[in-house]
Amino acid sequence: MDATSKDIPEPAGESANWTLRVRRYIDRLLPMDHLLPDRQPYYVGSWVYVFGVVTIAALVWVVVSGVVLSFMGPQWWHVSSLGRFFNSLHFWSVQLFFIFMVLHLWGQYFMASWRDGRAATWLIGVVIFGVSILTAFTGYLSQQNFDSQFIAINAKDAMNGAGIGAFFNVLNFGQMYGLHVMLLPIGVTFLVVWHIVMVRTRGVVKPIDPEGASKS
Amino acid sequence: MKGVTQEEYYRGVRMAPYDLVKELVIALAGVGILALGVSAFVSSPDEPPVTIAAWAQSDPVDFVTTATGELAGTTTSAGYGQPYNSAADAAQKWGPIAPQVWFGVRIPIDSANAFVIQPLQRGVTGNPQLDTAVKAWQAASADDQGKWTDAYTKALADAKVADDGSVTVSDGDYGPLPVMMANLLGMARSGALDGLLQISGRFYQTDYTPALLFMGDGGYLDGLAGNWNLHGDQWGMMNETGQYPGQTWLWLYTMWYQVFPFNSDSGALGLSSANADLGIIILMTLLTAALALVPLIPILRDIPRWVPLHRLIWRRYYTAKVRA
Repeated sequence: MDATSKDIPEPAGESANWTLRVRRYIDRLLPMDHLLPDRQPYYVGSWVYVFGVVTIAALVWVVVSGVVLSFMGPQWWHVSSLGRFFNSLHFWSVQLFFIFMVLHLWGQYFMASWRDGRAATWLIGVVIFGVSILTAFTGYLSQQNFDSQFIAINAKDAMNGAGIGAFFNVLNFGQMYGLHVMLLPIGVTFLVVWHIVMVRTRGVVKPIDPEGASKS
Repeated sequence: MKGVTQEEYYRGVRMAPYDLVKELVIALAGVGILALGVSAFVSSPDEPPVTIAAWAQSDPVDFVTTATGELAGTTTSAGYGQPYNSAADAAQKWGPIAPQVWFGVRIPIDSANAFVIQPLQRGVTGNPQLDTAVKAWQAASADDQGKWTDAYTKALADAKVADDGSVTVSDGDYGPLPVMMANLLGMARSGALDGLLQISGRFYQTDYTPALLFMGDGGYLDGLAGNWNLHGDQWGMMNETGQYPGQTWLWLYTMWYQVFPFNSDSGALGLSSANADLGIIILMTLLTAALALVPLIPILRDIPRWVPLHRLIWRRYYTAKVRA
């Protein structure tokens, strides 16, 4: 049956089209020139801003080396020199990630970067720090060597004492490995992306007013 | 500042050219070169794990003493409380706060049966002497079992290790314990006990709770950890085997274990070394929450304005401001 002009629905209005509404919301929230800016306030030239981007760079190396290690399996790096190299890359990337993240955190603290409506960005950053510690902890438990044995035996007391051990059994390699290679990295990556989007959405905070007038 | 666009926020602020993608690529390359270089030249720690076999071969007296303690119910795991068993007054609590008790026995472990009796029962086939000894142990009264384990534990303090690795003690009334322990030690030295402790009725196994609890009850693994400075009183959480950094970001968490009241037997305000794990977890949770809520906490949020570090960070901005 041929469709007549009467059968063709009218284009949905702007308010009724969900896709259009979502697209316009994203355009308003984070236009591309805010996501990938080519101009920034001149005071962003300070060296402190480098700590944020090198933290992201270290996280990329952590994820890349972690993907290789998880693809080859948890035993591989103990018996292969190439595996040992990738484990070393993972190990040192994690160390660098934490060094840069702590420097970024302290830098942002002394810049009072939560001012002018940026408290949620700060809060997400602290949550990233906490989830990263948990991710690294499960990584140390997943090493399958002497260190992971002893950490597990001792850490169980802290976990059990707080009641967490009933659900988060550090002596259970399978549970720790699963959390380390799957859920927690997804959590850290998601939170970091969220954090970056918040920074880009609001822009970099202005310097603290010399007279101390700029408060949160 | 809610509802203010970036354009409005930056109105009147001088803007400078900036290349975000270039900065990210340079950071990726720089951090990559650093990580690859350190990895190539320094490698990473990988001290082999301790097996039950290695424990029994290296320190057979400690192994037998620990196994006897499991039967006597005197080891850490036997009297641990939740989540492994319901040993009375063993769980950590602070006043009415007792989460260890609240969640109950979720990972049930009967130390004597799991670590000693059940592995021995799997070895009785073709070994009538062991079969008789295990049955005698199980048929004995709790009083007799207690007398045998007490006497045997005392005798083990002066035990001798023969060239074949067997442990002998002076003559005494130990019931079936010498036969049971000789067989368990033999199974452990051969490596059989490593497998028997992991038997769960399923082919695949990734849960090492029984073997790690058993090794944690002994002194051998703990002694090796002390050599690597991994103990709690050595700030062990921050250390690793070899000359490598550990979880250095846990410095504050491990610090609390070194100070009053968490390092004291008597303590204060109901907190002591006995419930240090619970107390420190609560303290760190509060501190983490405080860090997250800094923007809302007076004094903490004002410190950056009082400490002139921001003047160093934004030196160009403040210099220009003074000139203006």
